[in-house]
Amino acid sequence: MVHRKAGALALVAALMLSTSAIAQDKRVVTWNADYDPIPLAAAEALIADFEAANPEIDIQLTNFDHEAYKNAIRNFLTADPPDLANWYAANRMRPFVEAGLFADISDLWASEGLTDALASSLPSMTIDGKQWGIPYTYYQWGIYYNRDAYAAAGVELPGEGGVTWEQFLANCEKFKAAEIDCVTTGSSALWPVAGIFDYLSLRTNGYQFHSDLAAGKISWTSPEARAVFAEFAKLQPFVTENHAAIDWQDAAAIFVQDKAAHYVMGNFAVGVFKEGGMTNDNLGFMVFPEITPGIARAEEAPTDTVHLTSGAQNPEDAKTFLAYMASAEAQSKWNAAVGQLPTNKNATVDPADPFLSAGFQALSTATGGIAQFWDRDADAEYAKAGMEGFQQFLVQPDQLEAILERLEQTRLRLYPQ
Amino acid sequence: MAPGLFMFTVYVLWPIVQSITLSFYDWNGLYNQDGEFTGTFVGMGNYAELIRDPAFETSLWNNFYWLALYLLALPAGLLIAIFLNQTVTGIRLYKSLFFFPFVISQVVVGLIFAWFYAPNFGLFYLLTEWVTGDGTAILADPDLVTFGIIAAGLWPQIAYVMILYLTGLNNVAPDQIEAARLDGAKGWRMLWYVVLPQLRPATFIAVIVTVIGALRSFDLVSIMTTGGPFGSSRVLSYYMFEMALGEFGFRMGYGAAIAVVLFAIMMIFISGFIWKMWRDEKER
Repeated sequence: MVHRKAGALALVAALMLSTSAIAQDKRVVTWNADYDPIPLAAAEALIADFEAANPEIDIQLTNFDHEAYKNAIRNFLTADPPDLANWYAANRMRPFVEAGLFADISDLWASEGLTDALASSLPSMTIDGKQWGIPYTYYQWGIYYNRDAYAAAGVELPGEGGVTWEQFLANCEKFKAAEIDCVTTGSSALWPVAGIFDYLSLRTNGYQFHSDLAAGKISWTSPEARAVFAEFAKLQPFVTENHAAIDWQDAAAIFVQDKAAHYVMGNFAVGVFKEGGMTNDNLGFMVFPEITPGIARAEEAPTDTVHLTSGAQNPEDAKTFLAYMASAEAQSKWNAAVGQLPTNKNATVDPADPFLSAGFQALSTATGGIAQFWDRDADAEYAKAGMEGFQQFLVQPDQLEAILERLEQTRLRLYPQ
Repeated sequence: MAPGLFMFTVYVLWPIVQSITLSFYDWNGLYNQDGEFTGTFVGMGNYAELIRDPAFETSLWNNFYWLALYLLALPAGLLIAIFLNQTVTGIRLYKSLFFFPFVISQVVVGLIFAWFYAPNFGLFYLLTEWVTGDGTAILADPDLVTFGIIAAGLWPQIAYVMILYLTGLNNVAPDQIEAARLDGAKGWRMLWYVVLPQLRPATFIAVIVTVIGALRSFDLVSIMTTGGPFGSSRVLSYYMFEMALGEFGFRMGYGAAIAVVLFAIMMIFISGFIWKMWRDEKER
């Protein structure tokens, strides 16, 4: 059964409902989640399937508002821990792991053969050699392009393998001449610029550099870091003006209205583009162009996870459910409903969806590695300082030296050498 | 007295003591599984970091701009109050219309102004585009953004000050005005020497609410820019929120240190006000 919590009033209702749940003679597993309506419906479908197969277990999902959850989790993990809690991979889960609030489920990974089935997510779920949760979905990032804008500017469409970086920049000149923004973004929330920076960084120096930079191991004034900003400078004149004042959804409107040709975004944006009237006929997807030849291609794919809490009342049944969430069957179903990619390599993807197929293809052939995203790979405070730097560079490219110096100072403070 | 003192201790004094204590710790806001505090004592470390923090400096400067420019609400409010202080048909309607901005929630004011300034379709943007040929997106410009937000804040604040002065003007003694008129005073001299001195209580309250309103400015920054672009429009209260409770923050000790600094700045003004009130009461 599923409980939804929408506010204080619903809390009372939930309390009353949970007394009735005790009356049923079932073993209860509580799960706190932060789903939007579509993922929530998909999760409810998964729970229904699981409860049909395991009639003695009752999964009680309490759904939170997405933003409120980020604060709520910090309270409920200590005050009133559920058995399962949603969160994110990599550095995002580190504070909870280090405070001992998430439970080690390495045994589940070993017994269910997950180190193989979920191999692509193994590094991002591992801290201190142990696994701390189950990754059940991710989505690719890349360049979405507007075919109508290409036609309006008279630019040749990218081929199967995308375009080269030189060609991309040359196209940008043509878009600019046609008064179309070559690349649009809305950076008022900062993170969209991190997507652009991450790809420039991954394509210029590769995955290891991205990972080391996010971990504070690389100086911002090093020639490698400068090389990334040099490529960033080439792109800067072609990015939508005033992006700092608009949301990513506002920029999506610019893109949908054919006023912009490309949008470096995650696959979740496809829903917004389509709501704006785009179809598979005029919306295209390509991987970010290669910059330094010969570097193994790495991609960004932020992963969502479910964790067993240390305070869980019913860890055994909760683990049974986690094993189910890790299975190819459950992941295929949930991700098909939500339009994201399963992390289980044996799971299937709807072949009729060109963006999912392209994303699955791009990620499964990314030999360089899978990055989580700047703000998940880097420590929270460092991530924010970095994103402010990226945004400032896009607005004031002449301030490069000041930006690099400030970032370097932040790095030295957070990671004393 | 006792219940009041109890409330004051629990809801005012104790949180202040707790914030100051917390500012000496490095803590991410988490208790461990056994409910134990996980922070570490760092002494003055947070304050030492604040001094060298460029974002803190920006916030401090912005707070200063807020304070200085917010006081413009006083002359503007007085002007409108004097303008509205006349007896014509429907003056009550005009007065309530002028008061209207203060009735709207700050969040709504922020949204309205954010649209007003919005690039590509905002009225202000289109206006500057029409005048200069190149639109200015205030909220995307690091040098203008704070002033754009202050302008939004002034809109309701002027209405507030206006209503304070309107009630004050009701209490201006008509015989004194009459006497001054017989002595040949009018215009500026009438305002300066006869009306304003009688408005002193209203001015005092207006200064207090405006100064405090400027220092605790938070809603507009949060709604209009979330401190951006790249932190240019942060004020102390917002920076504190970002550091302590924001998505990339959860540095409770550092946030508490910012709160203590803001508290110290406010204390300067608050003690000034209290001292003046105490002095006035003694004079009676």
